[in-house]
Amino acid sequence: MDKISVVTGVAVPLKRANVDTDQIIPAVFLKRVTKTGFDDALFSAWRQDPDFVLNNPAFAGGRVLIAGPDFGTGSSREHAVWALRDYGFHAVLSPRFGDIFRGNSGKQGLVAGEISESDLVALWAAIDAQPGIEASVDLVAKTVTIGDFAVPFLIDDYTRWRLLEGLDDIGLTLRNEARITAFEEHREAWRPRTIPIQPVQPIQPIMINDGAGE
Amino acid sequence: MIDVIHAVPRTLAAKVWDDHLVVAGEDGTPDLIYIDLHLVHEVTSPQAFDGLRLAGRPVRRLDLTIATEDHNTPTVDIDKPIADLTSRTQIQTLRNNCAEFGVRLHSLGDIDQGIVHVVGPQLGLTMPGITVVCGDSHTSTHGAFGAMAFGIGTSEVEHVLATQTLPLIAFKTMAITVEGSLRPGVTAKDIILAVIAQIGTGGGQGYVLEFRGSAIRSLSMEGRMTVCNMSIEAGARAGMIAPDQVTYDYLFGRPHAPTGADWDAAVAYWDTLATDADAVFDAEVFLDANVLEPFVTWGTNPGQGVSLSDSVPDPALIIDPNERASAERALHYMDLTAGTPLKEIHVDAVFMGSCTNSRIEDLRLFASIIKGQKKADGVRVMVVPGSARVRIEAEAEGIDQIVKDFGAEWRFAGCSMCLGMNPDQLAPGERCASTSNRNFEGRQGKGGRTHLVSPLVAAATAIRGTLSSPWDLGLQTAGLGTDSNTAGGNA
Ligand code: SF4
Repeated sequence: MDKISVVTGVAVPLKRANVDTDQIIPAVFLKRVTKTGFDDALFSAWRQDPDFVLNNPAFAGGRVLIAGPDFGTGSSREHAVWALRDYGFHAVLSPRFGDIFRGNSGKQGLVAGEISESDLVALWAAIDAQPGIEASVDLVAKTVTIGDFAVPFLIDDYTRWRLLEGLDDIGLTLRNEARITAFEEHREAWRPRTIPIQPVQPIQPIMINDGAGE
Repeated sequence: MIDVIHAVPRTLAAKVWDDHLVVAGEDGTPDLIYIDLHLVHEVTSPQAFDGLRLAGRPVRRLDLTIATEDHNTPTVDIDKPIADLTSRTQIQTLRNNCAEFGVRLHSLGDIDQGIVHVVGPQLGLTMPGITVVCGDSHTSTHGAFGAMAFGIGTSEVEHVLATQTLPLIAFKTMAITVEGSLRPGVTAKDIILAVIAQIGTGGGQGYVLEFRGSAIRSLSMEGRMTVCNMSIEAGARAGMIAPDQVTYDYLFGRPHAPTGADWDAAVAYWDTLATDADAVFDAEVFLDANVLEPFVTWGTNPGQGVSLSDSVPDPALIIDPNERASAERALHYMDLTAGTPLKEIHVDAVFMGSCTNSRIEDLRLFASIIKGQKKADGVRVMVVPGSARVRIEAEAEGIDQIVKDFGAEWRFAGCSMCLGMNPDQLAPGERCASTSNRNFEGRQGKGGRTHLVSPLVAAATAIRGTLSSPWDLGLQTAGLGTDSNTAGGNA
């Protein structure tokens, strides 16, 4: 995960409340086998509507989503965060988040910052005055700035630290790299190894492969 | 006299845990536990590999990782392209990922392809005192060797691929002591179904179950795997059995088993793993093996089971309102009436397979009953070996011919009708006696009705067409099931 301190880019106003993860990414996309390639899935139902904010050319390349209260409620699907990240969003600001969504965001390098409802209205007004204007989300100062208008946001210290350091769960574990390596050095010789394959009985195909996808 | 300082007595589970501690957690933070063996299959691995790719991380220990195709693989026409697009995509994705990252893969058609929990032990990769994980809940199977083995989710799969460790909070321990000797015709499957009926599908939650007692010791490795396999159906994280000579005999000489001085060192260590005499478990359960009968489930969770000689229970007699409602709903789904003797229930299908009961010994037990017989009219009988190697071994013994002469279908290896991700499914309303592990609504096909049974009961049922015990066949039953009660060791 990349270290994040400031996210700057086009601010997109999502003027809806209670956006649950089913609306962020419908269940039909969950059959996919990748963690990427979900950008088309993001808000896919709403994107059928030409008037939807993401279809407005002024907001092309959106990077900072400024959403109504209760964003990311509902099912635990991590795909919601993947879809936002794939589309290009690096930060989401809202007065309230679904808990699991907020947790998943921190793990996947998406800044989820909590702002007050009055600041939300003010930020939307600033964007309305100048559609396509950039926002700057400063994780160090915990502020979001549009033009010369700045408001604070909340994010828990642990998640903020992880984002600043660029640490996902795996990154955190790898901080113990030296201890893992030391453990491995004392791993007994009898413990299993999958390779090299010991040719007690040669591995030989008894049937041709199904040739799928070839 | 010199004072001897005794270490705190520990359980088998605690010993294995302690020996895999990379970093001890503090103030309630998890321990970092080293993973000795990571088994991979096509369903839960795609996003994990993709996560590695996104982060630019390699698989840390290719030599502790192995993959096989099982859930989606067809059991007929395996030389033809897989018809279902989702299945084909998942399999192809696994092939691409293993090729890209360098993971050893046993594909459809390979002699070591098969259900991941059959392949690990058969290769000798599963051994006592190790930690085993897989993105699959029935990883508990491997605990039969005295390993700590449990299922994990996709983000944990990625974590293990990248770090070969997992952050974990220690599990609680529960001793399940089964004393006595099983009567002929009663097997490991009946033990575990009876355990789950006793403690409930949530009874093991948060626990590692350690199965002990004379009845467990008398089981072959295959029988022990059947018991540990279904620990998860009691809600447990894992099931374990202390290693002994039966374990060593099974393991010795297998492709990945230690050899020479390594073998001796391993056995010396494995001999220290058994739970210390004074160790304390967080919970204890007892079961009398002497009175066990062949068991069968009547409902839609594995805890809803009774002896085959009983009748369908009356929900009105259940005191707990949630249990009662669940029983009523189950009887409705299963289309059963309270009070019906289980042996009067007709089946449409018999499924012999799954990671619970698809090893060579299971097939031998099944074949020992059906040999020279004809299946009941109108009953579809499918026999699916757990791995390609099991299939070949069975064919060398002539079991395939016994199955075909009986009128049953002899298939290629895979999960098959255990969960019907491939075309092997029940039709709506069809009733099946199945040697698998889950009787959930729709598990074997939408609207399908599942009765979980042992291989012996599956065989007797296939002959009579109604749920039946081998005792009902009027055969010479002496010796029945002894294969699963005695030290097996077909290494
Ligand atoms: S046989 Fe059934 S329970 Fe076992 S791994 Fe396959 S699907 Fe899961």
